[in-house]
Amino acid sequence: MMDQQFHLESKDINVWFGERHVLKNVSLQFPINQVTALIGPSGCGKSTFIRTLNRMHELIPSAGLAGAVLLNGEDIYGEAIDPVDVREKIGMVFQKPNPFPTMSIKENVLSGLKLSGRKIDNGAELVETSLRRASIWNEVKDRLGEPALSLSGGQQQRLCIARSLAMGPDVLLMDEPCSALDPGSTRRIEETILELKDSMTIVIVTHNMQQAQRVADQTAFFLSEDGDPGHVVEFGATNDIFHGPIDPRTNEYVNGRFG
Amino acid sequence: MSLQSPTIQRVKLRNKPSRTADKVFFGVARAAGYSSIVIVVAILFFLSIRAWPAFEQQGILDFTFGSGWDTTTTPPTLHIGAMLWGSFLIAGIGVAFAIPMAISIAYFIEFLAPKSIAKTATVIIDLLAAIPSVVIGLWGLGVFSPTGAGWAQMINQSLGFIPIFQNESGTFLRSPFIAGIVIAVMIVPIIASITREIFSQMDKEVINGAMALGGTRESILRKVILPTSAGGILGGILLALGRAMGETVAIFFVLNLSYDEVNWLNILEPQGGAIASLILSKFGEATNDEISALLAAGVVLFIFTLIINAVASYIVAKAQPWRKA
Ligand SMILES: Nc1ncnc2c1ncn2[C@@H]1O[C@H](COP(=O)(O)OP(=O)(O)O)[C@@H](O)[C@H]1O
Ligand SMILES: [Mg+2]
Repeated sequence: MMDQQFHLESKDINVWFGERHVLKNVSLQFPINQVTALIGPSGCGKSTFIRTLNRMHELIPSAGLAGAVLLNGEDIYGEAIDPVDVREKIGMVFQKPNPFPTMSIKENVLSGLKLSGRKIDNGAELVETSLRRASIWNEVKDRLGEPALSLSGGQQQRLCIARSLAMGPDVLLMDEPCSALDPGSTRRIEETILELKDSMTIVIVTHNMQQAQRVADQTAFFLSEDGDPGHVVEFGATNDIFHGPIDPRTNEYVNGRFG
Repeated sequence: MSLQSPTIQRVKLRNKPSRTADKVFFGVARAAGYSSIVIVVAILFFLSIRAWPAFEQQGILDFTFGSGWDTTTTPPTLHIGAMLWGSFLIAGIGVAFAIPMAISIAYFIEFLAPKSIAKTATVIIDLLAAIPSVVIGLWGLGVFSPTGAGWAQMINQSLGFIPIFQNESGTFLRSPFIAGIVIAVMIVPIIASITREIFSQMDKEVINGAMALGGTRESILRKVILPTSAGGILGGILLALGRAMGETVAIFFVLNLSYDEVNWLNILEPQGGAIASLILSKFGEATNDEISALLAAGVVLFIFTLIINAVASYIVAKAQPWRKA
């Protein structure tokens, strides 16, 4: 009876901005302990889709939605579900590092607990484990009280990952987390992703085909053609998408011939 | 190697405008900049000359911090302490009422309201800021005072055990409380409009980040938006405070000036002060001594207002730590 095989699952997700239909019937399954990459040309709706997965989408005033997102079998858009609880379980890392500018490194790590009004016991320990899991502990352990903005861009992004991890999420959503970073920082974040997937489900939007192949177990290719709403052209094991795609459009895209 | 010159020739960098139009613009801007300083200093200087006899006759400290206004003594007693404190007290009450109001308005416009409503509200706020203070004063006198006195009485009945809410006179009109609320009405638009501007400059990605961490509207406002905007909002508050301190007519209509005794904190009593209102009320039939004293009061007010404005611009200038690193 219980459909527990997929940790997170979208069912026929459709999205509108005002009258404009931008996503059509997106149904993807995200198994636990796997990384799923979302790829596709700019403007095909990847960010829009990933934002539906933790109800960030509904913050846009003109946004409309149809379909369901199931976390452990339960619709996160259900009547009785508080979006704030959803976002605590499903963390998100953004394209541009966005640490809280008035807070120190340590305060940033604990910020989610404060924002959601949770009690903080063992703050120091939580700060350390979160920063360790985001592979930034060694760089910042002697300067936890310094402003977060004193860090480099790559460090700021890993701090933002640590900040999400401190909430103990089951799922981590990442929308082009490396697109503003240098190659070294990018590689470290990829390593972090591979370590984290042992304990959670990860969804990552990326424009970098190598990155998708390095980190993702499965890949979904999104496309929006001639102003039609974006949809999933092909979804499967990363290896198949890159080396044996069924759809010719997938083949063209992953080989860099458009987008 | 033969190409190497013995000394390195430094290129002359242009730091002066070259084109004529630029030069003219540069000159005009510079002249305007300097003249504003000259004007301020000149006003202060000429006021001080006329004010000097009063400072000399009364003594600067007694004049500024003592109390009493009596032309029948020899020499006359012309002290403005009660008025000076009153200016601060009323401005403080005004700001205390205005801050939560203004921040709520700014938050609503910037983060809650649909676009069309936000635009309309912004225009209305700016219009409110432009209402002449005499109109607000008349509103305060004719419309608000009775209501405000009713509120004051309620506060006195329920919280009268707290000293500042005591009232022995039995009348609740023309008190610092009422004058403070009238001032609040004047400065809410100023603070709201500056706060809205500061909110609008906030990095929306930072707010999204807070949302994604399970923040609620209330916790995000308190823990992210306000700390980030605090410096700028404070600058706006100080600007408004300057306006409140200098306000004349509106306060004159709704406040009972009491020259002889400082009303420290009994905000519901019909006794208060305000330098600008003092000047307005006495100037018409002033003796020579009084005229000098009123000008001296103007100098004191001017200096305090300058200090507040200087602090305001310093804080506003420093308060942008959220700018991209
Ligand atoms: N807030 C919004 N309001 C209106 N249209 C939007 C908004 N956000 C995105 N869109 C539109 O939705 C489509 C998908 O955008 P997005 O999800 O950002 O694409 P991607 O992340 O794949 O580049 C685009 O056509 C974009 O213009
Ligand atoms: Mg995007």
